[in-house]
Amino acid sequence: MQWGSASEFFAMGGYGLYVWTSFVATALCMVWEVSALWRRRVAARAEQRAALLGGTDETTA
Amino acid sequence: MSTGINWLKYSSPQAFYPLAGRLIPWFACVAVALMGIGLYMGFFVAPTDFQQGEAYRIIFVHVPAAWMSMFLYVVMAVWAGIGMGLNARLSFMMAQAIAPTGAMFTFLALLTGAMWGKPTWGAWWVWDARLTSELILLFQYAGVMLLRTSIDDMRRADRASAVFALVGVVNVPIIYFSVQWWNTLHQGASVSMATGSKMASTMLTAMLLMTVAFWLYSIAVILARARCIMIERESLPVWDEKAAVIQEAVEAR
Repeated sequence: MQWGSASEFFAMGGYGLYVWTSFVATALCMVWEVSALWRRRVAARAEQRAALLGGTDETTA
Repeated sequence: MSTGINWLKYSSPQAFYPLAGRLIPWFACVAVALMGIGLYMGFFVAPTDFQQGEAYRIIFVHVPAAWMSMFLYVVMAVWAGIGMGLNARLSFMMAQAIAPTGAMFTFLALLTGAMWGKPTWGAWWVWDARLTSELILLFQYAGVMLLRTSIDDMRRADRASAVFALVGVVNVPIIYFSVQWWNTLHQGASVSMATGSKMASTMLTAMLLMTVAFWLYSIAVILARARCIMIERESLPVWDEKAAVIQEAVEAR
């Protein structure tokens, strides 16, 4: 291991801003994608359930 | 079927839906585990690059994201082609499910590339063949998604976006070989089939671990999105509902 201390690790030899922006942006995109999919699934299932339970005039006859 | 498994069985959304549901947690768990190991190796085991210093560590997300951006486009085009050839709705749904994840990785490849370019080249962006063709790939993903949302008729939307995806696939080899065909600022391939790797073995291991992790992540989110699309598009998707809900629905009628 090449890091003497935590601050040395976060400094990344002076490239900290570039390195951490890359990794944090990637992590945020992935977390956002998963959470967006989760919300999409909840919404789709709620709609599906409403259609199933509510029915339309044709199906409830 | 020589394999003994009836693969065609899974070509219908009804059969694919529960199968995908069972597979997603496995892909997701292994992806998270490999990402953890890959990041540990990338930050604590891999040595400092003697030319690029610590900035080179960006490749542990940049290269996997760039590979996924190209690979997912090809997979999307293949599904679109199968959909066109066999008129299979599951294939179109898979193509639709891949596009947003592919676009995300293209965006990340460009962003992390800029993060690497600024300290190493002194510029966030240059109009170099590799960078320009990757930017075009982002527009292609956007085009595939916009075509779909702009056409109301689902079948026409499927076909239009499939044609667009198939025509655009020519850009993928252009991106891949751009560093050989043109004199670009972007460095050549660090890992090549012909010459092997030019990197330290721990660097290579970390990068390959991250690549496999990104693969598995992509499979998990694409299957999850395909399941959402199936609920949204199929007219009566009762197969996912619990028996009690269906019973309730039957009694309510």
